[in-house]
Amino acid sequence: MNAPRPPEPRTWPAEGLTRVPYWVYQDEDIYRREQELIFRGATWTFLGLEAELPAAGDWKTTFVGDMPVVLARDANGALHAFENRCAHRGALLCLKARGNSREIACVYHNWTYDLAGNLTAVAFRRGVRGKGGMPADAKPESQAPRKFRIATYHGLVFGTLSDKTPPIEEYLGSEIATRVRRVMKAPVKLLGGYSQMLPNNWKLYLDNVKDTYHASLLHLFFTTFRINRLSQDGGVIVGGDGGNHVSFSLRNTGTRGEEYEKAGVRSAHDGFRLEVPDVIDSVDEFGDGISIQILAVFPGFVLHQIMNSLAVRQVIPKGVGRTELAWTCFGYADDDAAMTARRLRQANLIGPAGFISMEDGAATGFVQRGVAGAPDRASFVEMGGREVGSDPSRVNETSVRGLWQAYRRHMGL
Amino acid sequence: MSPGGAVDVGLQLAVEQLLARCAHAIDDDRLEEWPEFFTESARYQITTAENLERGLPLTIASADSRAMLRDRISALRHANIYEAQRYRHLLSATLLERIDGATVRATSSFAVLRIMHTGESALFASGRYLDRIRLAGERGAPQFEERIVVLDSRQVDTLLAIPL
Repeated sequence: MNAPRPPEPRTWPAEGLTRVPYWVYQDEDIYRREQELIFRGATWTFLGLEAELPAAGDWKTTFVGDMPVVLARDANGALHAFENRCAHRGALLCLKARGNSREIACVYHNWTYDLAGNLTAVAFRRGVRGKGGMPADAKPESQAPRKFRIATYHGLVFGTLSDKTPPIEEYLGSEIATRVRRVMKAPVKLLGGYSQMLPNNWKLYLDNVKDTYHASLLHLFFTTFRINRLSQDGGVIVGGDGGNHVSFSLRNTGTRGEEYEKAGVRSAHDGFRLEVPDVIDSVDEFGDGISIQILAVFPGFVLHQIMNSLAVRQVIPKGVGRTELAWTCFGYADDDAAMTARRLRQANLIGPAGFISMEDGAATGFVQRGVAGAPDRASFVEMGGREVGSDPSRVNETSVRGLWQAYRRHMGL
Repeated sequence: MSPGGAVDVGLQLAVEQLLARCAHAIDDDRLEEWPEFFTESARYQITTAENLERGLPLTIASADSRAMLRDRISALRHANIYEAQRYRHLLSATLLERIDGATVRATSSFAVLRIMHTGESALFASGRYLDRIRLAGERGAPQFEERIVVLDSRQVDTLLAIPL
């Protein structure tokens, strides 16, 4: 039998950041390299909210790329993250989404670990009644689950396997960090979560989140209710090495947005009215007039404020053409009942059934399918010019170009 | 009804007819009729077993009036973008529990297959309906006062536009 053909070397289009070749969403080889160079490389992956692990002994399972990971709080209250893989034969250590325990035992052969991921005991290591057991010089710890460096930032927990990843605040960039703190301004209270399974490559979702141009064109809901029109004041800030961004818009500003009607934009058709507009009844709880702030951190973290809906989203790759988008919604610990009710009502805007967010799942899947026969063609990303930078206009793809700048640097493409 | 207790056949049939009619209205794309199966001040929620078990209030969709259910339908007819698709509901037998003379609690299992316009068919959702039903609603027919749709899984594929 012939040896498998080696993967074709891939070269980025000469135009640079204004072209995104479609093979990045399709190649198995690229996907494997992303796992190594991005997710297990010098990046911070969001692991969860501190509020998810309030007590000593609490743990949750999550992912860094494909790698299963445990995030745990030890008896002293310190957080640890480690690979969810037994040193012995590689079985998952924690099987459930979350739990609380003093130690963690692998179900396969009962090897046990502390909550920092240290191997503490090997069952029958010295054998039974003098027979069997491991050689005296055996070092099973040599295959121990890898430990992550942890960074907590205003209630958010990130992990990285690399010593080269810069400190979290530097990694975010100061302007992005400021906007993280704007939302993570007080202790949070979990409201719940769910996952949206997207039929597309993980980067198409990031593309979508960073694409400030699409929001009011795809999402009729935004446009009709003037929640987010490109004619409203706002902007986009690109930070870190390009892979992080925040976009925002201010309520009741700019023109009335007649540009949409004049341009005959689909989303501006106004045959749609709500009988019960309570779902978009919001209060300016930050006192700065910003009604929407979408913030993304490379490679897979999103923090949103859509009116009074607050959530984190984890972008978890599940193979070349499939992505889990794990949503966790929250409020603040000191919210009153009316504010909690408002946040819960506005949850109708987000998630898989969200009046706004449902469409992102559709659009990104359309791209994955649309480009099936075009690995060597590329998307055209020249809105707002050809550079990466912050801009007061959201008729712009600067943050999309920033994503690919960061991506190419990590991947050496 | 207590375990092994007698089944009120008339009541059972009336409730199961409501559930079946509601499911068929959705599956037949008569979505404008769907809110009419609910009382004016009905509560409707789609949540996950996980959120319910953790005592977390977040829902995937919620409404606290029939008007909000009409808004859902209006949005999916006129505002939201998604590919053409249909559902097929499969309902289990329903367990009933009397609350008082006018209302019953009903628990049923469901599976919903989603049929895309491309022909792709797959299990889209499974779960439980936790219903509170007013036996003599408008026009004398039973109506939902409350319907909590509890999804077994925390994962929803792509999007959930048509109600469950």
